[in-house]
Amino acid sequence: MAHRRTVMIDGNEATASTAHRINEVCAIYPITPSSNMGEFADEWSARGKTNIWGIVPDVVEMQSEGGASAAVHGSLQAGALTTTFTASQGLLLMIPSMYKIAGELTPAVFHVSARTLATHALSIFGDHSDINAVRQTGWGLIASGSVQEAHDMACIAQMASLASRIPFVHFFDGFRTSHEVSKIELLEDDDLRHLIDDDLVQAHRRRALSPDRPVIRGTSQNPDTFFQAREAINPFYEACPGHVVDAMEKFAARIGRSYHLFDYIGDPKAERVVVIMGSGAEAVHEMVDWLNGRGEKVGVLKVRLYRPFSAQHFLAAMPASVKKIAVMDRTKEPGSLGDPLYLDVITALHEARTAGASRFAVEPVVVGGRYGLSSKEFNDTMVKAIFDNLAAEKPKNHFTVGIVDDVSHTSLPMDDDFTIASDDVFRGLFYGLGSDGTVGANKNSIKIIGEETDNYAQGYFVYDSKKAGAVTVSHLRFGPRPIRASYLIRKARFVACHQWVFVEKLDMLAHAQPGGTFLVNSPFGPEEIWDRFPREVQQAIVDLKLKVYCIDATEVARETGMGRRTNTIMQTCFFAISGILPREEAIAKIKGAIKKTYGNKGDEIVRLNFEAVDSTLANLHEVKVPGKVTAVSTRPPTVSSEAPELVRRVTALMLEGKGDLLPVSAFPPDGTWPTATTRWEKRNIAIDIPVWDEELCIQCNKCAMVCPHAAIRAKVYDPSALQGAPATFKAVEYKAKDFEGSKYTIQVAPEDCTGCELCVRVCPAKDKSNPKHKALDMAPQMPLRESERENFAFFLDLPEVDRTKVKIDVKGAQFFQPLFEFSGACEGCGETPYVKLLTQLFGDRLLVGNATGCSSIYGGNLPTTPYAVNAEGRGPAWNNSLFEDAAEFSLGFRLAIDQTETSARNLLKSLASTFGDELVDEILFADQKSEEGIAAQRARVATLRAKLAGLKEPAAAKLAQIVDYLVRKSVWAVGGDGWAYDIGYGGLDHTLGIGRNVNLLVLDTGVYSNTGGQASKATPLGAVAKFAMGGKGIPSKDLGMMAMAYGHVYVASVAFGAKDSQTVRAFLEAESYDGPSLIIAYSHCIAHGYPMADSLDHQLMAVESGAWPMYRFDPRRTAMGENPLKLDSKAPKIPFDQYALSETRFKMLAKVDPERSKRLLADAQRNVQAKYDMYQQLANLHYGAAADSESN
Amino acid sequence: MNLTTTYLGLELANPIVCGSSPLGTSIDTLRQLADAGAAAVVLPSLFEEEIVGAAQAQMAMEAQGAGFAEASSYLPDPAGYHVGPDHYLDHIRAAKEAVSIPVIASLNGTSPGGWTRYAEKMQAAGADAIELNAYFLATDPGETGEAVEERTLAIVRAVKAAVSVPIAVKLSPFYSSLSHFARRLEEAGADGLVLFNRFYQPDIDIENLDVVPNLRLSTADELRLRLRWVSILSSQLGISIAASGGAHSAVDVIKAVMTGAHAVQMVSALLIHGPEHIGRTLEAITFWLTEHDYESLAQMQGSMNMAKVPNAAKLTRANYMKMLDSWQQ
Repeated sequence: MAHRRTVMIDGNEATASTAHRINEVCAIYPITPSSNMGEFADEWSARGKTNIWGIVPDVVEMQSEGGASAAVHGSLQAGALTTTFTASQGLLLMIPSMYKIAGELTPAVFHVSARTLATHALSIFGDHSDINAVRQTGWGLIASGSVQEAHDMACIAQMASLASRIPFVHFFDGFRTSHEVSKIELLEDDDLRHLIDDDLVQAHRRRALSPDRPVIRGTSQNPDTFFQAREAINPFYEACPGHVVDAMEKFAARIGRSYHLFDYIGDPKAERVVVIMGSGAEAVHEMVDWLNGRGEKVGVLKVRLYRPFSAQHFLAAMPASVKKIAVMDRTKEPGSLGDPLYLDVITALHEARTAGASRFAVEPVVVGGRYGLSSKEFNDTMVKAIFDNLAAEKPKNHFTVGIVDDVSHTSLPMDDDFTIASDDVFRGLFYGLGSDGTVGANKNSIKIIGEETDNYAQGYFVYDSKKAGAVTVSHLRFGPRPIRASYLIRKARFVACHQWVFVEKLDMLAHAQPGGTFLVNSPFGPEEIWDRFPREVQQAIVDLKLKVYCIDATEVARETGMGRRTNTIMQTCFFAISGILPREEAIAKIKGAIKKTYGNKGDEIVRLNFEAVDSTLANLHEVKVPGKVTAVSTRPPTVSSEAPELVRRVTALMLEGKGDLLPVSAFPPDGTWPTATTRWEKRNIAIDIPVWDEELCIQCNKCAMVCPHAAIRAKVYDPSALQGAPATFKAVEYKAKDFEGSKYTIQVAPEDCTGCELCVRVCPAKDKSNPKHKALDMAPQMPLRESERENFAFFLDLPEVDRTKVKIDVKGAQFFQPLFEFSGACEGCGETPYVKLLTQLFGDRLLVGNATGCSSIYGGNLPTTPYAVNAEGRGPAWNNSLFEDAAEFSLGFRLAIDQTETSARNLLKSLASTFGDELVDEILFADQKSEEGIAAQRARVATLRAKLAGLKEPAAAKLAQIVDYLVRKSVWAVGGDGWAYDIGYGGLDHTLGIGRNVNLLVLDTGVYSNTGGQASKATPLGAVAKFAMGGKGIPSKDLGMMAMAYGHVYVASVAFGAKDSQTVRAFLEAESYDGPSLIIAYSHCIAHGYPMADSLDHQLMAVESGAWPMYRFDPRRTAMGENPLKLDSKAPKIPFDQYALSETRFKMLAKVDPERSKRLLADAQRNVQAKYDMYQQLANLHYGAAADSESN
Repeated sequence: MNLTTTYLGLELANPIVCGSSPLGTSIDTLRQLADAGAAAVVLPSLFEEEIVGAAQAQMAMEAQGAGFAEASSYLPDPAGYHVGPDHYLDHIRAAKEAVSIPVIASLNGTSPGGWTRYAEKMQAAGADAIELNAYFLATDPGETGEAVEERTLAIVRAVKAAVSVPIAVKLSPFYSSLSHFARRLEEAGADGLVLFNRFYQPDIDIENLDVVPNLRLSTADELRLRLRWVSILSSQLGISIAASGGAHSAVDVIKAVMTGAHAVQMVSALLIHGPEHIGRTLEAITFWLTEHDYESLAQMQGSMNMAKVPNAAKLTRANYMKMLDSWQQ
């Protein structure tokens, strides 16, 4: 056998690498954390990479996982070897097809990066709740615990499935395994050819549906036969474990790595054994070795084949000496007698005992424990706690480990200081920002170490929940032995701080081990830096006797043309200081890695990186540590002392990265949280913020309109409110007639601004003598932070405008308080200005049903959430149900609200005599289409509530409960194009179709933005996207036209960057229309591939080229005999390619495949013109009387 | 009629060269130019600034989407997507394959390393010669004219040392002592000069208080400046000279050749009339030469340079005074 290559890759790539080579069709759909598997498969196929039979697998993106599994089912039925990659909710959507595939005994393997199912909250992280939700489908379930295993088991599962005809879910832990970079030996194509039995493949093909040998499947059966027919399958399940054993043996014989259905590791005479599957088994394995090395008798039983569960193999693998067993489940099944694996073990033991087949001298005590939900840490401390529990005379059953459960008292006590981390393993922690490239460089570092030295190596990367200014922590381990530590590093020999701001925010040195090294990217030199450290940092350095190094990497990056990418510079420092490799060799390897990473992007990027590497060492300095703490200042508090109690007690800890310490009692049991918490998190991520020149300002409020983070705001107020204003607070006379005599202020929130620059770009007010200067200019944040913080606080306290007196246009709307602020959306996000506008216009009576995606992540990801409340305590109520159901979910809101309102109205009518007809009639027949109308109704309801308080009738008490429903509520479904065009389209269509008053806001970026830019049906013709690497060859679906076809649906297509006034009008019209409304909102996105500061120009180009026509279709106009369609954009006036080629998504194809690009862009040009012409004709049709007379 | 000429050591079938312009971006157009009789073609300039800018933009673009748990990137990474000069170099290769006439690459660097790095790559890609586009606006009040010239000279020396193909330097007319500078360029190893670069002159948008790009095609008037300097320099230098800017017709080409040009670059006329304009111009030149009993183009080449022109003063200061006089009359 030829030498097998050793590579450093992550679990997703390792799995896809096998799966892509042993399948012919992949039907895929993006979902975290499995998306990368589909992306790899798509990329490899796009590059013409063949499978072991010399065929390029056909990778097809579907509209949902339901669609993917159905396509898989069909493809299997037609005889191709077919797979898919998924997780979590995606796997749930596959369940119906899974029953079919298994029921028809069809060999197939789904590869699942196991992820938490959404319950009280969504979580993108890993546990086994998804795979446990399919254990009843008849599929085999086979577990991998490491990257190597995922690579191997992907093959073994396929071998076993072909042999047994039972389909398999091959699963491994989401993130922990899917995203861990580890050193593995690659299976070569010849290995796979040897292992996959072509006869079995042929047998699969022979079972395919074919008109050449017709059969029928999918019949419907009746009570007389279904049951027996269902039992006919049993022998296959009985034989299945044997097939898996055969596959594992054949694999071992060829490859040398030996797996069993249950792998026992530990003392053959062990008395305490932990049963576990997935990556957690590795952590237990490590502990077992450690404990047995210290004379204990313990073991771990790793479950590989979870379904069909072979009691026989399980019992045979368990040492007969065992006295106590802990069965660990990484899932929660509320209401059950125990979590699923525990019940399996209990059943297996019980059946053996009752059958008289028990091998155990003493029947073992079995306890069940739950661990690691949503990637909760499962480390050595926790594993030790499990063995300690088993050592107790009466071990705790139904326990949890890894948390403090002070409510149900299930948790095991843990010794936080206990660790088995050995000194021969290097551990390094690197704190960076997403934008500085730390993660990428660390992936390269660990690859260098893993591939270029004899060390085993592991890299794992942790991200925070924000998109703008995301903090990343890289955990790198390497050492002479295989690394089984499937958990985060708690004590590191090397701690690197890649951004100076972290010194003030994060307790990084809590993770430094004595005598370790601390490397800091610092604007301060080696002489000055010590005095700049807060007291806590100095204390830790002195106490732990750390060596400290500093470099101004930001400056080196700037000088070498690297922009914000400090990554290769800090990486060079790491190698230089740590001495893992001789310096020259390390630098050569770093350069090699750079060439590998960026080489395909062209020599220039490589050269810039090389220059950065070469400039590094001269700027790296060791800092003389004085030996005693000298600093007086300490780290500022995480949240203000003015924050609500929950924020100080719970949120603050999460913000400090210490959420793991919070006990169960800290949390609401039903996932209900107060809104308006982002205001307490001061992130200070902007380098520059806008500065207002009040004299130059023309008071158009466009800056506030475009701000994605509500970080620049406008107010108009009475001059008297300026009393006590801070010295630097700016105010000018308000210029327009509507609030004559008032003062006007534009104020920036300095600590919440992300520095995206959109406000400055949109600002139309130039200084006539010096046009470089505008009413808004960017200036460094640091010197302004203190004064502007005070100014912003004062600004917030200024009275809000009287909503009833505002003319609602772009300017007027921006005087309304945004009830969506400081979200974690990307700098310059193109979606959030719409969401913010929504809350400004209707926020105090708004319910949002949010589809999963970017808008649910920046809208509802803890620790802090952006939906806010006004002074009266009103604000948007928000929930994210699923990805696919936002329209129906929101429709549900409407149904309930309408019912409750009807009850309120009926009760009110029944009490009419009590209140007098006048108030009752006023309430019942109130016109609530305007702000005045709403305000008047609120006043009436307040009067009514006051009157109700004095009444004793049961009807009055009932009405008092629901009286607020007499004020009109605004129901909105919000989501992206992935939801509206693809996975949620059926529900969206139905919601529009049944005519109820629900508003649907589609934030259309033309890709699945949240999962990394995969193509949707909104992806424009000619653009590349993931899953559309060759450029989308089909125009985007005309969702607006489809909705207009109903006739009764209000439809608008808007682009605020092109015509903000039309956007505001559309929102107002949609909301006021008593029926379904659909707003399709052009949303620029980083996935389009250009700097977001330029996004407003791109929006304008999109409209001017005809790529994004703007219109409003209002059924009310039809009723008035007018044409319902108003086209708000002019005929295309710039060529489509002028717009398109300014964005990387189009440009990429022009460079990679110029001929195809040219053809697609020409098609797109024809398409946009035809579309415009069609809209124009529709908009010019005569309706009503005029049309009738014409036709006569 | 024998129209051949030697430019930068390259034997050209005639003096008309398609100058550096968008015409060179399409392989189809290059074929049409060659078919129409273009003796050589200068490709559009490769701008180092643009390449470095694109590389930095690519890194910045990748940075704005990096570091989120659900997505490590937001765009696919197809093979063959480069932001470096590779596409330009591929274009040179494609051009060489498509046409048999000499293909001259054009380069505008910003860093000393950039000039030589790209020149080497251009040579490797098959360029028959390299035109160094010394487009540089001296806006730094602290920099002397000598320093500006020295920088260009250093580039020429470095590029000459790095490549073996001939080098032409495309100059602007804005030097205080063009003759002196031209001689130094010759000494530095330049194989030819291209006179002159037409500076891109931005316009001012008085409504939006902005500067806007505004590309104007050349007019025949612009030829005068070229003719004068070709005439002066061709009498002083032993290297090739190309006139560039304002040559629209056969008469223009003849004038340029007479003043000493070895090649005449044409762009605007081709943009207006299409590549076939070259054929018509060549026909007209042949007709004129025949009519006037010339044996070959070479016969008149440099006949009107400053050393040979009957009254050289007319080319220089005296002419200026006379022109003013004629205006006053």
